[in-house]
Amino acid sequence: MVAGLLLGGFYAAVSLGVSLIFGLLDIANIAQPAFVILGSYAAYVMNSAFGFDPILSGLLFTPVFFVLGAVVYRVYYESFERRGEESLRGLVFFFGLLFIMEVSLSLAFGVDYRLLQTAYTSKSIDLGGGVGIAFRYLVPCVVGLAMTLALYLFLGRTFYGRAIMAVSQDRLALRLMGADPVQIKTIAFGVGIAAASLGGALLISIAPVIPSTDRDYIGRMFAITVLGGMGSIGGTLVAAVILGVSESLMSTFFGPSWSLAVSFGLLLTVLAVRPAGLFGR
Amino acid sequence: MRHWVLIAAVVGMVVLAAVGAFVAQAADPIKIGFGMALTGGLSANGKPALLALQIWKDDVNKKGGLLGRPVELVYYDDQTNPATVPGIYSKLLDVDKVDLITSGYGTNLIAPLMPIAMERKLLVMGIFGLANNEKYKYPNYFQISPNGPDPEISTPLGFFELAARQNPKPQTVAIVGADAEYPQNALVGARDLIKKFGFKTVYDKTYPPSTVDFTPIVRAIKATNPDVVFVASYPPDSVGMLRAAHEIGLQPKLFGGGMVGLQFTSVMASVGPMLNGIVNYDFWAPESTMMFPGIKEFFKDYQARAEKAGVDPLGYYLPPYSYAVGQILGQAIEATKGLDQQKLADYIRATEFNTIVGKVKFGKNGEWAKGRTLMVQYQKVQGTGIDQFRGPGKKVVLYPDELKSGNIIYPYSAAKN
Repeated sequence: MVAGLLLGGFYAAVSLGVSLIFGLLDIANIAQPAFVILGSYAAYVMNSAFGFDPILSGLLFTPVFFVLGAVVYRVYYESFERRGEESLRGLVFFFGLLFIMEVSLSLAFGVDYRLLQTAYTSKSIDLGGGVGIAFRYLVPCVVGLAMTLALYLFLGRTFYGRAIMAVSQDRLALRLMGADPVQIKTIAFGVGIAAASLGGALLISIAPVIPSTDRDYIGRMFAITVLGGMGSIGGTLVAAVILGVSESLMSTFFGPSWSLAVSFGLLLTVLAVRPAGLFGR
Repeated sequence: MRHWVLIAAVVGMVVLAAVGAFVAQAADPIKIGFGMALTGGLSANGKPALLALQIWKDDVNKKGGLLGRPVELVYYDDQTNPATVPGIYSKLLDVDKVDLITSGYGTNLIAPLMPIAMERKLLVMGIFGLANNEKYKYPNYFQISPNGPDPEISTPLGFFELAARQNPKPQTVAIVGADAEYPQNALVGARDLIKKFGFKTVYDKTYPPSTVDFTPIVRAIKATNPDVVFVASYPPDSVGMLRAAHEIGLQPKLFGGGMVGLQFTSVMASVGPMLNGIVNYDFWAPESTMMFPGIKEFFKDYQARAEKAGVDPLGYYLPPYSYAVGQILGQAIEATKGLDQQKLADYIRATEFNTIVGKVKFGKNGEWAKGRTLMVQYQKVQGTGIDQFRGPGKKVVLYPDELKSGNIIYPYSAAKN
C-alpha cells in the first residue's frame, strides 16, 4: 500500500507533462516519454561529469527543456496546426520525433543500461511489521507531489497559467481578450516538456534506463491522463496514485502478473461510468 | 593515322578493363551477411556482437583473408523487431548475394530466420538463441551460447546443483520471473530441477515485463521466508529486484540464478557492492580458469574499440562468443576449401574447434554437445568503479567444477558485507 502510494507519486511526476500537453492543449504528444528519457540522460551526464544530484540537474535543465519544448511546438504549429492538419499528421510528427530522439540518444550514449546511485538511494526507513519506505521511491514521490502542487498553483494563480486554462477552453474568446493563443500554447508546451526534465531525472534514479525505455511508459502516461480526466492536474495525481496502489496491491497479494491488467481494467471501468475521467470537466 | 591512335586507345582500354575485372574477381570478398539489433531493446547486446565480428573480420583480413580472399561483413539493423528479419535476409541473399549468413542476436530474432534458412538449405550460425531448433531439428543450425543439449535447464542447472550441495541442505525455494520468453523457459527448467533435487516451492509467480516497482514482489517473497530465491529477469528488472531486496532486507541463503543484466559492465559498476553474494549465471569471467588461448588479445582489441562504438566497455558477456562464431566459420571455410553450405555444415558438425571461448563441439540440435553455463558469485565488490572487475576475485566461478576458481560464500548474508 505504502509502496503503491510512493509509486503513484512518481507516476504523477512523469505524467504531468502529458496531462498539460495532451489534456489541456489537445496535442497528442506521444514523444513526451522520449523527452523524459532525454531528461534521464541529462541527469546522467551531469552526475557522471560533475557529480550533481539527479534532482538538482533535473531542476537545472528545466529552462533548457522549456526552450526545447517551445521550439518543438513552433515547428509543430507552423507545419501542422496552422493548416488545420493537426490530428493525424501531428500524431505522425510526434511519433517520428520519438524515434529520432531514441536513435539520437543511442548514437550519442550507446545502448548500455545507465542508472544513478545517490547517497540516499540505498537507504530506507523501517516502519516495523515488514513495512518500510525506500528513499529511492520516497524522494521521487515527494518531488512528484511538489511538481503537481507547483503546476496546480501555476495554472490557477498566475496570468499565464489562467491563460493556458483559457486557451484549452476557448481559443477565440482568448484572442478577443487580446492574448495570442499561439504564444500561450508555446509556453504551455514548454512547461510540459520542462516537467519531463524532472520526471526523467527521477526515473533514472529509480530504474536503469536505455534509449528505448520510453516505450514502457507511453501507455501508462496516457492512461493516467485519461483516467484523471483530461487536463485536470489534481486528477492526474489521483489517477497516478490509483494506478500505483492497484499495481502494488495486486503484486503483493494476487501475483504480479495481474497488476497491469487490473490497472487498465480499472481505466476501462472508469471510462465506462465517467467518460470524461475521474475529474474531467 | 588518327584512326590507329583511336583504335589503339580503345584496345588498350578494353585490355585494361579486362585485367581490372580479373584482378577484382581474384580478390572478390567473401561476404558474410546478417541482421543485428543495433537499436531497440536488445541493442545493448547486438552492438557488442557486431563489434566482435568486425574484430574477427579485421584479424582475418590482416592475415590475408580466407582462401586468399578478403572477408566482408554485410549487415542491417533489425531494430530488435522480428518482423524485419525475413526482409533483411531476402535482401542479403538475393540482392547483396552474400556467401554465408549468421543470425542476429537473440532468440526472438533467430526464430524468423529458421524457416528461411531451411527452405534455402543454408548453414546458420546462431548467436545466443535459446532452444530455437528444438522443434525444427534442422541439421545445419549451430548455436554458440554454451547452453548444451537441454537449453531450458542450462541456466538454473548450476544454481540448483550448488544449492543441493550446501550443508545443511536448503529446503524451501521461491522462484520469480518476467512474463517473457527467456524467463518463462528458465522457470520451466527451475521447476523440473526443484522436483529433481527434492526442494519445496513456497512462491512461484511471474510479473509483467514493464514492472517499475519490485518492492511488493520482494515483500511477498520475504513473507514466505524461503531458503533459496531463484530469479529469471531481464536487465531493468534484475536491478529493480536487487535494489528492492536490499531495501526490504530479503536474506535467503542463496539468491540469484538467471538474472540477465548483472553481467553488463554499466550495471555492475553502478550497483557495485549490492552484488556481493549474488550467485548468477554467466558466460565468462576474468578468472584464471577461463583464460583460453587468444582471449586476452581479443579483449585488448575489443576494449580499445568499445568506447568509440558506444558498447559495453569490458565486453565479458557475449562478445567473445560472437568472435568465436567467426573463428568457426573461418576454420570451416579453410578446411573445406570452399563455400559450399552443406560441406561447411558437415565439417562444423564433425569437428571440435579451438576458439577464444575454449573448445567448442556441437551436438544435438546444433547446441554445444556439453553445456557450460557458468555460475559465478560476486565477492568483495567495493564501491562503484569499473576497474575492479578487470581482474580475478570479483566474479568467482563456482560451477562447473572443471572451471571452478574459488569457493562459494554461504549463506548469502555472509558475503553481503
